[in-house]
Amino acid sequence: MTAPLIEVEHLTMRFGGLVAVDDISFSGQPRQITAIIGPNGAGKTTVFNCITGFYKPTVGRLTLHGDRDYLLERMLGHEIGQRARVARTFQNIRLFPAMTVLENLMVAQHNKLMAASGMSIYGLLGLARWRTAEARAVDLARGWLERIDLVDVADRPAGELPYGAQRRLEIARAMCTEPRLLCLDEPAAGLNPRESAELNRLLVSIRDLDGIGVLLIEHDMSVVMSISDHVVVLDYGRKIAEGDPASIQRDPAVIRAYLGTDESGADG
Amino acid sequence: MFRPRLPAMLKDAGLTTLVAAALGIFVVGFRTVDVGSRRGLGFDYEFGDLAVALVVIFVGRFGLSLAAMGLRWPAMALGAVMAAIGASPLELPSGFLHWFVVLGGVLLVIRAAWPWANQAFATAAATPGGRTLDRLASRWIGVLMLGFALILPALPFADQKTMDLGVLILTYVMLGWGLNIVVGLAGLLDLGYVAFYAVGAYAYALLSTHHGLGFWAVLPLAGMLAATFGVLLGFPVLRLRGDYLAIVTLGFGEIIRLVILNWVDFTNGPAGIGSIPGPTLFGAVFAETAPAGKQTVAEMLGIPFDGNQRLIFLYYIILVLALITNLFTQRMRALPVGRAWEALREDETACRALGINPTNTKLTAFAIGAMFAGFAGSFFAAKQRFISPESFTFIESAIILAIVVLGGMGSQIGVVLAAILLIGLPEWFRDLGNYRMLAFGLAMVLIMVFRPRGLIAHREPSIRLHPVASRGSG
Repeated sequence: MTAPLIEVEHLTMRFGGLVAVDDISFSGQPRQITAIIGPNGAGKTTVFNCITGFYKPTVGRLTLHGDRDYLLERMLGHEIGQRARVARTFQNIRLFPAMTVLENLMVAQHNKLMAASGMSIYGLLGLARWRTAEARAVDLARGWLERIDLVDVADRPAGELPYGAQRRLEIARAMCTEPRLLCLDEPAAGLNPRESAELNRLLVSIRDLDGIGVLLIEHDMSVVMSISDHVVVLDYGRKIAEGDPASIQRDPAVIRAYLGTDESGADG
Repeated sequence: MFRPRLPAMLKDAGLTTLVAAALGIFVVGFRTVDVGSRRGLGFDYEFGDLAVALVVIFVGRFGLSLAAMGLRWPAMALGAVMAAIGASPLELPSGFLHWFVVLGGVLLVIRAAWPWANQAFATAAATPGGRTLDRLASRWIGVLMLGFALILPALPFADQKTMDLGVLILTYVMLGWGLNIVVGLAGLLDLGYVAFYAVGAYAYALLSTHHGLGFWAVLPLAGMLAATFGVLLGFPVLRLRGDYLAIVTLGFGEIIRLVILNWVDFTNGPAGIGSIPGPTLFGAVFAETAPAGKQTVAEMLGIPFDGNQRLIFLYYIILVLALITNLFTQRMRALPVGRAWEALREDETACRALGINPTNTKLTAFAIGAMFAGFAGSFFAAKQRFISPESFTFIESAIILAIVVLGGMGSQIGVVLAAILLIGLPEWFRDLGNYRMLAFGLAMVLIMVFRPRGLIAHREPSIRLHPVASRGSG
């Protein structure tokens, strides 16, 4: 087994008296899709928010192994994207709706372009090195637009796109940050079966072609079971099972969490 | 379509008239007049005015009901009759009533015709051609206005009053463009923008009167000083969002003004600073006779002295300063910082997830916006030659903000149009006397009703994948 990409150790998150996530440990491998599943309120998004710096964990260590080891729990929100290169999408889509599709993908390359524009000075002067950097950024964006089939609408405001296209664009935007780890919060929510199948292909290509490790929160079991390499099951903030998709499907604890226990017990 | 119910409509119009009567009887019906020192104040009764106004309100309300019922032609006819009566030489109790009746009639006609106009606009905007038209219009308006601004001093009607107004409008255009970076692009509601304007103005006033520095030397200094103030203020407060940021910036604006007002040793307090030197042209001053050791511009160029020369010079300075602000902003918009500003306005959380440092990005917007206010402040001090804290009250911030919002957040052309409206209209309405601000308020309300997203709501992308030309054909 290779070294993991992300290691979550003893992660606990308390909000006042409420324990949203309770002593969870798991790891995600590079070039693998790790799915986090669980009933509503199991703490999946809280785990994501801790990894991407939106919450500071109460207890625990989050390590991303990149060119060096990044301790995510000690980093500021934007540094996790900038240095550790963890990108994420949101359960409720968060694009920049008034900006065009292409502009959304350009904003994602902010830090790289900022350096290339010499903190705007080369850019203001219109130097060649800025122009080539910008052209390269546009090429990267165009490549992603081709992959998600949105080249034609590149100059339309992102907020005008249909829902499914917005979902794909948000993933492309996250990928334009050139991440090491991609965290997707319910990417298939609200998609029809055809769009869902397209999404599967996109995620598999991100894993196999781009070689990115993916963390995936998903309710749609057809997505989870068909593309994930490893599944972590949460319930009431605890990890109740972990393993490959096939074994998870047979796991009695998982079945109990999803279908409920038989309260009468004796004759069950 | 509804069947018109006459009794209900008459009752509604009657009720409106009753409310208007109850409100108007004290406002319009009585007027206090001075009846000599012995008896003090007395009443003048103006029930004639009130009666005419109430009839107009009754008919107007009835017409609105007709229009709402879909009876456009009767409503329009009613409006036209009202406007005609108002415009006719008919004897009415007071001159203003003519205005009132005409206005009521015109509004009624607009209301009746609105569904058609609305439909036409919607159809035009929905077609790709309409969008192109919108974009072309916003581009050509800019070119035309720039051309007009450049040749304005040479035009026959450009007397001193026009040039004064031109300088005033351009000052606000520049301030509007500066604030547009902060409010329109970065989405930070700044209610204390005038503070940076004051910093720039006092920087020039103090440095020139105490240390004899010239306008051109102080201009960059004033900008830098204002930007420093922007960073100093921004650092602690930019973590706040929306309303909270607005309140803190409002407070900051007032603090700066109060410090200027009360720090008499340094700023000369409420008495202000006078005899500030104006800007020079290659060291030559604009005056009839030059001070010792200097040359007047008229002498330097060998032309006869004219009082307007100084004004024209000031006009071109502020025009160039404003254009620099505009070009800089346009340029920044297409750079990563500018896109990050707009992204921050759209969604700060998403920005953070993409690894954009929100604090730094906001600070650059705040500092650059403040810098342009500093430039404009220096210019203001050099133009007025006298400044006092009274020039930097909250109302100035409010006007600049209104220019940005009215123009359409983030639109550069919109700022120009809004500045012309907001600064120019009150000047042109001077003939209306006391009703000037009333007409001005009405104009504002109408704009907000018909263009709720500002005068220019069109947003030009900062970068395109497909060039516009190929888009038009394909």
